[in-house]
Amino acid sequence: MTRWLHRHMSSAWLAGVFAFLYAPLAFLVVFSFNSTRQDAQFTGFSLRWYSALVGDNRIVDGFLLSFKVALCSATLATLLATMAAYALVRSGAFRGRAWMSAMLNAPLVMPEVIIGMSLLLLFVGFERLAGWPDRGALTIMLGHTLLGMAYAAVVIESRLQELDRTLEEAAMDLGCRRESVFFLVMLPNMTQALAAAWLLTFTLSFDDVVISEFLSGPGVTTLPQVIFGYARRGINPSIYAAAALLMLVVTVCVVVFGVYTARLSRARAAELARSVRDAG
Amino acid sequence: MSLRSDLAPSLWGRLRPLVVGLPFAWLLFFFALPFGILLRISITDMGEQLDPFASLLRTVNGQLGVFVQVQSFISLLISPDGGWFETLYVDAYALSLKYAFLTTVLCLLIGYPFAYFLARTRPAYRALLLLMVMLPFWTSFLLRVYAWKGILADEGVVNRLLMALGLTQEPVQLLYNDFSMLIGMTYVYLPFMVLPLYANLVKADIRLVEAAHDLGASAWKTFWLITVPLSRSGIVAGSVLVFIPCLGEFVIPSLLGGADNIMIGRVVWDEMFSSNNWPRASALSISMIVLVIAPLAWFNQRVARKAAAERMP
Repeated sequence: MTRWLHRHMSSAWLAGVFAFLYAPLAFLVVFSFNSTRQDAQFTGFSLRWYSALVGDNRIVDGFLLSFKVALCSATLATLLATMAAYALVRSGAFRGRAWMSAMLNAPLVMPEVIIGMSLLLLFVGFERLAGWPDRGALTIMLGHTLLGMAYAAVVIESRLQELDRTLEEAAMDLGCRRESVFFLVMLPNMTQALAAAWLLTFTLSFDDVVISEFLSGPGVTTLPQVIFGYARRGINPSIYAAAALLMLVVTVCVVVFGVYTARLSRARAAELARSVRDAG
Repeated sequence: MSLRSDLAPSLWGRLRPLVVGLPFAWLLFFFALPFGILLRISITDMGEQLDPFASLLRTVNGQLGVFVQVQSFISLLISPDGGWFETLYVDAYALSLKYAFLTTVLCLLIGYPFAYFLARTRPAYRALLLLMVMLPFWTSFLLRVYAWKGILADEGVVNRLLMALGLTQEPVQLLYNDFSMLIGMTYVYLPFMVLPLYANLVKADIRLVEAAHDLGASAWKTFWLITVPLSRSGIVAGSVLVFIPCLGEFVIPSLLGGADNIMIGRVVWDEMFSSNNWPRASALSISMIVLVIAPLAWFNQRVARKAAAERMP
């Protein structure tokens, strides 16, 4: 009896929460096909917002800018986070280690408003002293990198801690240099974590509005800023169409990535089993 | 270890300062320095003419001196007519704390059972369900919040449903009040609660639960006496991850909040860009860090460390 109750309550709770999580997404998809600008009433089916999307320069430009910024900041953040994680996990003790760890993690627990404002003050101060940089894509990218690095470091650090140290020591015993150990032994075992970190920081940057609002200059608006502007004045349903298309792309990517990694890990497990058998 | 690297003298000796130094320098420049500037501007007053803040070193009557002003902090607490705690800053602070607290409680009430059931589904489904928790992240956060505006509107789905069920004749006001704020914030931050809780619960030692069962404890009692206490560090981590961003939330109140729902993030923004009062905006940020964020982060770390120590045999 209790088991029956437990199982049904479990499915009901899971289903309820998933319904809550996906209700807004369903809303976006449905209303991207709406025939009028109404944002609460479905008045009829149409594709007009999809065709309007192509001609909307603000959305297209915002998308391109966000994409570029996210690309750069994700790459930079992953690179820096890998170095920082390696320094913290595998470089032994060095002076300022505790400080580095604290500074690396601090942006995780800092409201974005504070991050955005303190960086704005930095850039303004710098601009006064050196006449550079102007606020724009570069400053937004740097801001996103600071935030992304914190998230990327969490992912990469935990992967580094899981790595089998004996493999690295074996490689070194066999005469492998330390930097080769990183590239030949550790990196191949970290690719999934690095990909996850990159994807996470890309998403963070692509979706961020608060830091961008603080750090952007005149004429520079990322996609979320365009959306935020529309959202406060009443939405343009072309945005829904953009979101629906993006959802489609993401879902396809996730499915492909999921199938690929599942196949990869199955192949790896098989290979491991084979080598264990051969050795035995 | 050191012996081995001596035997194989390598590039590493030259690379190490770079690997450690580059991220360190980056963090110093983009995290520590801005924080220092924030601190420094919070202890000056507004500059003369159009200067948004005054310099610390000033020459007055031919003498150079350091001028530290705490009036920005005082002006947060005392209104111009002398009333203690009667400023809009204190109100915004209290409101932010209220929303952050209620959102954390709601996320815990919804998210704990969710993470618990998720951790107990069959492993084959688990990865898929976990992916489904994270999938909405890839749709614009702004649009997901904005969608609630349509769902909760007078002609929206919820009100239509309520009226169709005959629960109400008139549409109920669901938007621009506490209800819509809490829905929006719970919606956005629920995954931040679920993920650390899940990570914690999925690692829980099932043998302890079985032992409790064998010794005659009911499922309910086992849950409260074994499962919940063991997941303490996950509860704290999730709560901190929800509470802090909620406190400084800027977007949700501006989309789903009414005219009264002014939270601290918005006040910082207004001081910065509307009043151009940089010292006060800095003082607001600093007080938020010192009073709330730093203690919470410290508490979180302490609990995590204790949990890690307990897990060691």
